[in-house]
Amino acid sequence: MDALILQALNGLASASSLFLVASGLTVIFGVSRIVNFAHGSLYMLGAYIGWTLVTRLAGDGAPGPLGFWGGVLLAALAVGLVGVVIEVLLLRRLYRAPELFPLLATFGVVLIVQDLALWIWGPQDLLGPRAPGLRGAAELPLLGLRFPRYELFLIALGPVVLGLLWLLFHRTRFGVLVRAATEDREMVGALGVDQRALFTGVFFLGAALAGLAGALQLPRESVNLHMDLAVIVEAFVVVVVGGLGSLGGAFLAALLIGELHAFGILIFPRITLVLVFLVMAVVLVLRPHGLLGAAPAGAAPAAAGAAEPVVRPAPAPVRRLGLAALALAFALPPFLGDYALSVLADLAVFVLFATSLHLLMGPGGMASFGHAAYFGIGAYAAALLAHHLAAPMAAGIALAPIAAGLAGLGFGWFCVRLSGVYSAMLTLAFAQIAWSVAFQWVEVTGGDNGILGVWPDPWARDRLVFTYLVLALCAGAGFLLLRAVHAPFGYALRALRDSGPRAAAIGIPAVPVRWLAFALAAAMAGIAGALFAYGKGSVFPTLLAIPRSVDALLMVLLGGVQTVTGPIWGALAYAGLSEQLVRATGHWRLVLGLAIVALVLFFPEGLAGAARRRWEARMAAARP
Amino acid sequence: MTGPAAAPPLLAVEGLEARYGRARILAGLTFHVARGEVVVLLGRNGAGKSTTLKAIMGLVPPAAGRVRLEGRDLAGQPPFRIARAGLGYVPEERRIFAGLTVRENLAVGMRPAPAGQRGWTEERLFALFPALAALRDRPAGRMSGGEQQMLAIARTLAGNPRLLLLDEPSEGLAPVVVERLAEAVRALRAEGLGILVSEQNLRLAAAVGDRALILETGAIRWAGPLATLLAEEALRARYLAV
Repeated sequence: MDALILQALNGLASASSLFLVASGLTVIFGVSRIVNFAHGSLYMLGAYIGWTLVTRLAGDGAPGPLGFWGGVLLAALAVGLVGVVIEVLLLRRLYRAPELFPLLATFGVVLIVQDLALWIWGPQDLLGPRAPGLRGAAELPLLGLRFPRYELFLIALGPVVLGLLWLLFHRTRFGVLVRAATEDREMVGALGVDQRALFTGVFFLGAALAGLAGALQLPRESVNLHMDLAVIVEAFVVVVVGGLGSLGGAFLAALLIGELHAFGILIFPRITLVLVFLVMAVVLVLRPHGLLGAAPAGAAPAAAGAAEPVVRPAPAPVRRLGLAALALAFALPPFLGDYALSVLADLAVFVLFATSLHLLMGPGGMASFGHAAYFGIGAYAAALLAHHLAAPMAAGIALAPIAAGLAGLGFGWFCVRLSGVYSAMLTLAFAQIAWSVAFQWVEVTGGDNGILGVWPDPWARDRLVFTYLVLALCAGAGFLLLRAVHAPFGYALRALRDSGPRAAAIGIPAVPVRWLAFALAAAMAGIAGALFAYGKGSVFPTLLAIPRSVDALLMVLLGGVQTVTGPIWGALAYAGLSEQLVRATGHWRLVLGLAIVALVLFFPEGLAGAARRRWEARMAAARP
Repeated sequence: MTGPAAAPPLLAVEGLEARYGRARILAGLTFHVARGEVVVLLGRNGAGKSTTLKAIMGLVPPAAGRVRLEGRDLAGQPPFRIARAGLGYVPEERRIFAGLTVRENLAVGMRPAPAGQRGWTEERLFALFPALAALRDRPAGRMSGGEQQMLAIARTLAGNPRLLLLDEPSEGLAPVVVERLAEAVRALRAEGLGILVSEQNLRLAAAVGDRALILETGAIRWAGPLATLLAEEALRARYLAV
């Protein structure tokens, strides 16, 4: 019994920390509709800056009360200012962009902050000081248990912050404007409110809350470079479960997730990671807008921009160029060395991976943040077959799309029923479930150590043969996807994207068409994953992790969402670039992050989109 | 109609164009609204009435043309600057903040009055729309359509505009509520406010309008005193009959 009470208290303490992070995220989303991937980075910066301030202010000895609490508060303010810088320099330019672009831009910020933090504070974990006045444990009245004082302080802090935020949002003009803008920001502007000032204020508030949460972790855990992605995924879950933009919902969800963690470890120690995402999936299925969230009210933002351009088959010169590139890819291998061959095979795999995601994002109009799941499931399907059953490669390559396609059918059943950010977050949740299984089910998947020795059959072990096999399979699967876009199935998909109700009214079954697209995209990603596994000879959980999903997103967006061949060029450019970057510089994250930010700011229609516009302008100029 | 040459009209719209993508919605509108005048923008569904008001307000960026408020060109400015310059916009869908109380809705719109102008206070707004006074602490989402329309107008008035843009205010309201709206519009006109109101039917227009503009496929087809329009059956049949 005592153990259960202690565990419940632990859960409450975690819930408070989680709520601080999630409250900032949800407030920022509510007003700006931006899913801030960099929120975890702000949390991490809060911890690092807090560590520097607290240890520096203290000099050599342990920090006094002023040194510690002053340092924590200063760190929160400093991170708030960092948030202001990010908003003013970057996000302010993206409020009218499609919702994926700000998200990618903030992922660029994640990479930049990771490298900057590494450069400033170094790779080693930093141990924070204890909080003065809250060291040791306290006797709990009535219960007769001892519990750490600092954790008790955190438990109390959550409701206090919730109360302060409630006062801010209901008793100040700033707060009322924020709530109004959360409902309808265009109308707030039409009433004479300068939204830019409001947004900057909201970013300061949200970032400062993240910084505070980070700095308050100092006495609890060491500061390290993995804090950002670890916390952002949890915060996403809390915000989505609570309902985007809802503070009360975030508080409830933080309690739910905090306790789930605490008791999950006792009851289901092996599936703690899966458990959280399962709960999120269940909540979203039962309440598509979260526990306390409301369906977005008012006019849809779709009317703001011009309609999506109609996707036509590429003009003849472009098609000839594409065929020439393909022919070149098939003609080159005999003249290439082993390294160049493996690069070529990788590129082919990434082209297929990106093309499969593009089916969802371009014609499908659905955002998937978790496409790596299907890549990874295909890879693991092949690897498990090879490892446990010593099956031949052909069986692995045949099973991979089936396994990934089935996973796509299963996960997609939920995802295609939601829309926008909620659907995207659900894809992320399912990808994290798949990742957790690969990571935690050590007996079968090898956990973090992965599965080694996944080599092609002897007949294909020669690099040249294997490369041709990869090229042929990827080209075939890629053509199938391109074909699907221009088939009636693709028309139906695009009709649903452009206007769901109208498409449904002429008899297009919305859910089955989207569901099928989801499964098809998953199956094709599965083939890519299996080929990748055989090419590398091994699989690891990182194949299903968030950065891999972001890779796919970047390839598609770099190429251009609204062009059919965009993902091909995007994959070639992105995979080529990152390969060179990793080889050329230790600061590849910084360079890549800056490149993402520049891409989002200056090439919002992607490489192929920009090339097409230029080409069309030239054709128009040639015909007076 | 126009005053002395030195004083520009309250609102002067010159050659206003608007586009959605490649489609031209407004084909160069030119008209004006004077102080204390109610101009009714009439036309069938899709004629471009809402777009005209949105283009004036900057919510749809004008592709060409000028929008002058007392001679100062506002075209191309962001909506919040246009609002601060003295234009008030009440959208067709009302777009009240459903989760905010009546008083909070008013607080969002509230801005200090320019020097020399009698500013709107909560009390004056409640005097104009007595129905709102009793509901002051109720979430706006839990009010009737007529009450929401009154709140939307009151919220815009709280910013002390000199010209009010009303987009189909009578849409979906019971006749008795429309009559109350008409009273309020007449009171505002008496205060010297210029009002440009779009309507699809003549019910409210007949009760409050001074002049009428008839819009068809984004261009003004007829302009003149409202009395003329009401007198000439053939004119109404040609432009307004469905």
